[in-house]
Amino acid sequence: MDKQEYKEYVEGRMKKSPILKNCFHAFLMGGAICTLGQAFLELYMVLGVERATASTLASITLIFLAILLTGLGVFDNIARLAGAGTIVPITGFANSVASSALDTKSEGYVLGVGAKIFTIAGPVILFGTMSGVLYGVIYYLVTALGG
Amino acid sequence: MKDKIIYLAREPKISACYTVVGSKESNGPLGQLFDEHCDDDKFSKDSWEKAESEMQKRAFAGALKKSGFIDTDVDILLAGDLLNQCVGSAYGLLDFDIPYLGLYGACSTCAEGLAIGACLYSGNIIDLYGAVTSSHYCSSERQFRYPLEYGGQRTPTAQWTTTGAGAYVVGSEGKVAISQVLFGKAIDMGITDINNMGAAMAPAAIDTITRYFEETGHSPKDFDLIVTGDLGYEGSEILKDLLLGKGIDITNNHTDCGLMIFDRERQDVHAGGSGCGCSAVVMGASVIPRIERGELKKVLFIGTGALMSPMTLFQGGSIPAIAHLVRLEYRGE
Amino acid sequence: MWLLNYLWAFLIGGAICVIAQILIDKTKLTPARILVSYVCVGVLLTAIGVYGPIVEFAGAGATVPLTGFGYAIANGVKTAVDQQGLFGALTGGLTATSGGITAALCFGFIASLIFSSKPKK
Repeated sequence: MDKQEYKEYVEGRMKKSPILKNCFHAFLMGGAICTLGQAFLELYMVLGVERATASTLASITLIFLAILLTGLGVFDNIARLAGAGTIVPITGFANSVASSALDTKSEGYVLGVGAKIFTIAGPVILFGTMSGVLYGVIYYLVTALGG
Repeated sequence: MKDKIIYLAREPKISACYTVVGSKESNGPLGQLFDEHCDDDKFSKDSWEKAESEMQKRAFAGALKKSGFIDTDVDILLAGDLLNQCVGSAYGLLDFDIPYLGLYGACSTCAEGLAIGACLYSGNIIDLYGAVTSSHYCSSERQFRYPLEYGGQRTPTAQWTTTGAGAYVVGSEGKVAISQVLFGKAIDMGITDINNMGAAMAPAAIDTITRYFEETGHSPKDFDLIVTGDLGYEGSEILKDLLLGKGIDITNNHTDCGLMIFDRERQDVHAGGSGCGCSAVVMGASVIPRIERGELKKVLFIGTGALMSPMTLFQGGSIPAIAHLVRLEYRGE
Repeated sequence: MWLLNYLWAFLIGGAICVIAQILIDKTKLTPARILVSYVCVGVLLTAIGVYGPIVEFAGAGATVPLTGFGYAIANGVKTAVDQQGLFGALTGGLTATSGGITAALCFGFIASLIFSSKPKK
C-alpha cells in the first residue's frame, strides 16, 4: 500500500463530521448572535445614536460579551457545539484575541500577552487591511480615470 | 535480513509503578486505579508546564517510595514528555540525585524509556533504572493546537491528550519482566491531518508488529494481550484491519491505552486519549498490575508516537510516526 | 415591521455561518483560513456593490459576521479615498474598524489581568 492508497483508505473509512447537525447548530447560534446584535443596534438607535455608530457599538457589545464568556471559561463549551456559529460572528474574533491573551499570561504581559495577542486574529486584520488597500487603490484609479 | 529483535539475556523486572493523573482521567473508567490525582490539573503550580513537571516529580517520588529504593540507588533516569526541549522531565526530575537522559519519542516515550533501560540492564551496564513519562492536556494544547479558551470544534477523529505521569522503577526485583525489545522505525504514510493522529500512527504500529511476528514466528494467539499506546478508535480499527489483511489477526486480544483511559461517549473525547502520559498511566495502573497478579502472562506493549511539530505541519509536512515494542512477561512463582 | 428586522438578521446571519460550517466540515480549510477568506470576500462583495444592499435589509445579520468586518473596511476605504484621494486607501480601512479592534484589544487585555485559562474537562 503506497501513500496515496493509504490516504484514500483512511479518508474512505474515517468517521465524518456530522455535517447536518453541525450546520443546524451553526445556523441557530450564528442567527441568535446576529439577532442579539440587531437588538443592541436598535437599542442604541432608540437612545439617539446614529446608525453607523450604533452598528459599531453593537459589535463592541458583542465583543465585550464574548470576551467575558471567554474569561469565565464557558465560550469554548458553547463553541464546541456551535462551531462556525460562534467563530464567524465578531464573537469568534473577540474569543481568539482573549483566549490568546489569557493563555500567554504565564509568559508575562510583554513577551507573552503583548506578543501573542494577535496570534490567531492577526491574519484576519492583515488580509482585511490588505484587501482594503487594494480596493482603495483600484477605486481611486477608477474614479480618477472615470472622472 | 538482519534480525532486529533484542532478546534480553538478563531480564530486568519492574519493581514499582506509580501513576499521577488529572481530574478527567480520574473520572474515567480506570479512575480508581491511579495512585494520585489532582482535581484542578494545576498541581498547585502557576503554569501548565510547571504542573506537568510536578506530576513527573510526584510520579517518580511515588514509584521510588513503593520500590523501597532511594534515589542514589538508581543508576539512570530515562524520561521524556511532549514539551519543547523535554522541559517537563528536565525540570520535574531536577530534585533527584540521579544521572538523567531526556528522551523524545512523542507518545511512544514510555515504551522507549523502558526499552532502552532494559538493554542497558541486560548488558550489565546498569542495575536499576527509572523510566518516567508525562503529558498534560493544557500544556499540549498550548504547544500543538490552540489556546485553551479558544472556541474551536473537534472532528470525530480527534483525540484528547491525557493529563498524567507514569513512573517505573526497574531492576532485579519484581514479577513482571521485560524479555524482548524491538525498536520501531520512523514511518511516514503521508497523513497531514493533525486531527487524525490514529491514522498517522497506525502504519508505524503495523510495521513493528509485522516485523515482530515475522522474525519470531510467533502468532498473536501466543499472547494474552497486545496493547498499543494511543492509536484511539480510528487508529486501532485501521491497525486491526490492515494486520488482518497481512494474515495477522489481533482482533481478539488487542486493546489500546487511548481507548481504555476515557469513556468515549460520556467524556466527549471523540476517538479516545493520546499523549505520552496515556500509555504510561494505563500500563502502570492497569496492565502491569494485572501481569503482576498473574492474570496476564505474556503481553506485547507497543508504544506509538507521532513525530511532528506545529512548524513542520505549517510547512505542509506530513506526520511521521514510530512504534516501539516491549514484551512483558509474568515471572512469579 | 421591526420584527422583520430581527427575522432577517437571524436568517442571513445564520446562513453566513452555515456556509462557513460546510467549508470547515467538507474541505481541508482550517477555521483560520476560512475567517481570512470571509474578510476578503466581505471587502470584495462590498466593492462590487453586492454587500451594501444585504446590510440594508439584514442589519446586524450582515454586519456582525466577519464579512461585515470586510464591509466596514471597504466602506471606510471608499469614504476616505473620496475625501483624501489615494492617501485614503491607507487610512480608511483601519479607521473604520478601529472601534472593534481596539475594543477586542482592551477587553482582551483586561480579561488577561482578571482571568486565567481553565483546565478542560
